[in-house]
Amino acid sequence: MTVFTTPTSELVIPDPRTPWRNPRKALVSNATTAGFSVVIAILLYTLTGLDGLLGWYASFILGLLVVVAVQSVLQKSKHFTDRIASIMVTVGFASVLIPWISLITTVIQRGRHAIYVGFFTHDMLVNSMDEPLNMGGISHAIVGTLIIVGISTLIAAPLGIIAAIYIVEINGKAARTVRFLTQAMSGVPSIVAGLFIYSTVVITITHKNNALAGALALSVLMLPTVARTSEEVLKVVPRDIRDSSYALGATQLRTTFKVVLPTVRSGLITATILGIARVAGETAPLLLTSQYFVKMNTSIFTSPMASLPTYVFGALRTGTELSLARAWGGSFVLISIVVLLSVTARLLSGRSTGRK
Amino acid sequence: MSEATPTENMQAETIVPSIVPPVNVPAEDRTSRTADNLEAKGQSGLEARGVHAWFDKHHALADVSLHFPQNTVTGLIGPSGCGKSTFLRTLNRMHEFIPKSAMAGEVLFNGEDIYGSDVNATEIRTRIGMVFQKPNPFPAMNISENVLAGLKLAKVKSANKDDLLEQCLTRAGLWKEVKDRLKAQGSSLSGGQQQRLCIARALALNPEVLLLDEPCSALDPGSTLRVEETIVQLSQSMTIVIVTHNMQQAARVSDYCAFFLSDGGPGRLVEADLTTNMFSNPSDQRTADYVQGRFG
Amino acid sequence: MSDTEVSPRALKVSRGTSDKVFRGFVLAGASFSVAVLGLICAFLLFRGFEIFKDFGFSFFTSSRWEAAADDGSSPAHYGVAAMLVGSIVVATIAVVLAVPFAMSVALYLEYYAPQKLKRLLVSLLDLVASIPSVIWGIWGYTILMPHAMGWSKTLNSWLGWIPLFKVPVPIFERSPFIAGTLLAMMILPIITAVTREVYSQAPRDQIDAAYGLGSTKWGAIKTVVLPFGKSGLVGGTMLGLGRALGETIAVYLVLNLVFKVNFHILASVGGNVASMIASRFGEAGPYELKALMAAGLVLFLLTLTVNFMASAIVNRSKKAA
Repeated sequence: MTVFTTPTSELVIPDPRTPWRNPRKALVSNATTAGFSVVIAILLYTLTGLDGLLGWYASFILGLLVVVAVQSVLQKSKHFTDRIASIMVTVGFASVLIPWISLITTVIQRGRHAIYVGFFTHDMLVNSMDEPLNMGGISHAIVGTLIIVGISTLIAAPLGIIAAIYIVEINGKAARTVRFLTQAMSGVPSIVAGLFIYSTVVITITHKNNALAGALALSVLMLPTVARTSEEVLKVVPRDIRDSSYALGATQLRTTFKVVLPTVRSGLITATILGIARVAGETAPLLLTSQYFVKMNTSIFTSPMASLPTYVFGALRTGTELSLARAWGGSFVLISIVVLLSVTARLLSGRSTGRK
Repeated sequence: MSEATPTENMQAETIVPSIVPPVNVPAEDRTSRTADNLEAKGQSGLEARGVHAWFDKHHALADVSLHFPQNTVTGLIGPSGCGKSTFLRTLNRMHEFIPKSAMAGEVLFNGEDIYGSDVNATEIRTRIGMVFQKPNPFPAMNISENVLAGLKLAKVKSANKDDLLEQCLTRAGLWKEVKDRLKAQGSSLSGGQQQRLCIARALALNPEVLLLDEPCSALDPGSTLRVEETIVQLSQSMTIVIVTHNMQQAARVSDYCAFFLSDGGPGRLVEADLTTNMFSNPSDQRTADYVQGRFG
Repeated sequence: MSDTEVSPRALKVSRGTSDKVFRGFVLAGASFSVAVLGLICAFLLFRGFEIFKDFGFSFFTSSRWEAAADDGSSPAHYGVAAMLVGSIVVATIAVVLAVPFAMSVALYLEYYAPQKLKRLLVSLLDLVASIPSVIWGIWGYTILMPHAMGWSKTLNSWLGWIPLFKVPVPIFERSPFIAGTLLAMMILPIITAVTREVYSQAPRDQIDAAYGLGSTKWGAIKTVVLPFGKSGLVGGTMLGLGRALGETIAVYLVLNLVFKVNFHILASVGGNVASMIASRFGEAGPYELKALMAAGLVLFLLTLTVNFMASAIVNRSKKAA
């Protein structure tokens, strides 16, 4: 006696369905909602003081909320809150995109006017910020940024990685404290880092504003980023790898350097790049330490040194139309460098861990 | 209705000696559930027709057709990875919460396909309740809030919440234990109590079907027994589908059993029958091997 | 106690010389790094000590920031009250504006965004987080400010009867409101990052339980995700607050520095400690420099406190997860 259908042996596989996703129905209902919302939006736009693209955006959202409210009442739907919440969450997200898009497009649009070949090969020794855009350039600022950030990387990257090694590999008594303090260190305001280096290095030791001071200030800001990312990278290394090395009689020193660190090399590079990206655009600490200089120079001890952020800031403060264009040009180059660094870091880390 | 414990109602027809026999349903009830009767009930209860399930490209479950008659307990058994939990989740449209999942076939609930284009899935879930593997009371709520959470979440009105609270906790066999501390946190209860709290929570919406996904796998034997008693009690008034790894449990609580198996491909239904038949006289050799513990 | 009781034997790891040296070296390196925090505090205190001695408590309560007159007619006077209040006002505006949006973005990315879009958006969020503050500043000054002045006018005309939105003179440029709005955009990525991480760890089985009870998506989020992520949100917000308190260049560019305690957020009067330091630093004499160091110390301690609290909360919420 069998009460159920017994399965047949030959299996016919039907097409997979996703009945919970109904694009056609959703499209029709969304189009209706959107249509009514547009009507209300036009009314709102003409009747109230809302203005410009943002005004359209705001009136559309208001219209959408009204339409959804009316629909829910008409359909006696229990899901009113759910629909409003979805709309609010999506609108909240979309609204955040607006300044991002605006910032990126503005930098590109305005920045490109200042950019010509000489922009990358000239410095500002014989030109002022206010001169036409086909004169002078930012070569000194690019070189300066490279030098300052380079030195700070040489200081902060090893220290940050050592802090991470202490937290993860040594895991000594103070590991939690070190971890907590590096976390807190990431919150040191950049201007305070600048003041600190000014009060120690510039006043006490070099008696001059110079690139070294700028690099030291940046390394204070860079260190926690490197330490924290490296810590996460090291934590991903499975315990077994270390255990099998210890089981072969290796010391902790050899285990760390021959086994653990090589497996996470690209992760540590990522950590370093992220640290660089974090500080490459810092302005405030450099204003106090390496300051700005019109001429390309490579001396890190004897004189101030230009950098991209301080160039942008200086051009901005000059305040004329042409100098403002230069500021946008500098911003364009600066943001490109930072974005390039971030993307490289992501790509590297994506490849090393196999995750996003 | 007797308060019978599983051992009291031992029946002669049980063949597999190592297994505590399936019981608690009066004998006359059991005999009335013949194939003919069930044909007549075809429109009622829950019925899966040719159900398939996919996770992205992975075909997890193929061509399952099963009928769950009203007020019975059906045990879904089989080794891990055979698709029985996946099948359970297709029965109240929980399957679709897994990203990139897909399905095929129909699930008829009182004669209507729950995957139909006009069906409201959230409403279906209030009528086909579910209890999960791990007890999962909402930590931000106390005991009584947990029981009544469904009312709030599904926006169901209730005339008398206090009565409903007592009724649900009584049906879940938890009332006596918690009636003096209804304002305590759900997490202050033991694992078994938490699981019965989750059952009470599912009962608050008065579902017609209750799906249980290995409800005792995280519990100790004593708590397991209490939950099983609760299931048997509930089966007087509702249809229950329970996924279990535990052969004895299937034998103790279920009226019908369905055996799932995967041969590396998608999980399939091998055999389904009255539990007594499944354990005493399975028609498929693989079923016999599994219920007698030769694999799985 | 009986004699036969077994007591646990401590296992002692004996290490070779190379390991001892290695561990010592790493400990020294790590200690040096974190000692920087102490050094910052010590040096700023050392340089600014004279100011605390000369002005005492009035350094915190006075709003005047004046160098001594050249002819000696009036002595120097330094107080950070206005700047401290300004820092807090601007940072509060930023946090109040940023938090609801950060929550939306976090929820959208975790629970609403299509899977494919999500990865792209997360990378975009990372990119935005790395935009230098001077670029936010130039954008804020040229693009945001004209818009924000319009919003200010609207706010003022509708809600002007509330003291908060009153303006003594109808100038809406470079106000705390504009600076706060810009800062909100700048701190949004950090708040979102922390919040999103905690939201993503909300227990799947409880979300399933909510759905199993016929809940809508929002019902599940409200019942499970939001209570679960509460401390993560608070921690992320504190981190954002810390950033907002210490932001220099962007605030410098969009906020009119006036040494006056001002709670009218739409008025063109404000400042914060960090941007004040940047703007006074260039022309400060030796004595004012000391005052700037003292102000830097105050800012440092303020942000450090906020960050300590933030880390503690975030760590706790991660442990609970």
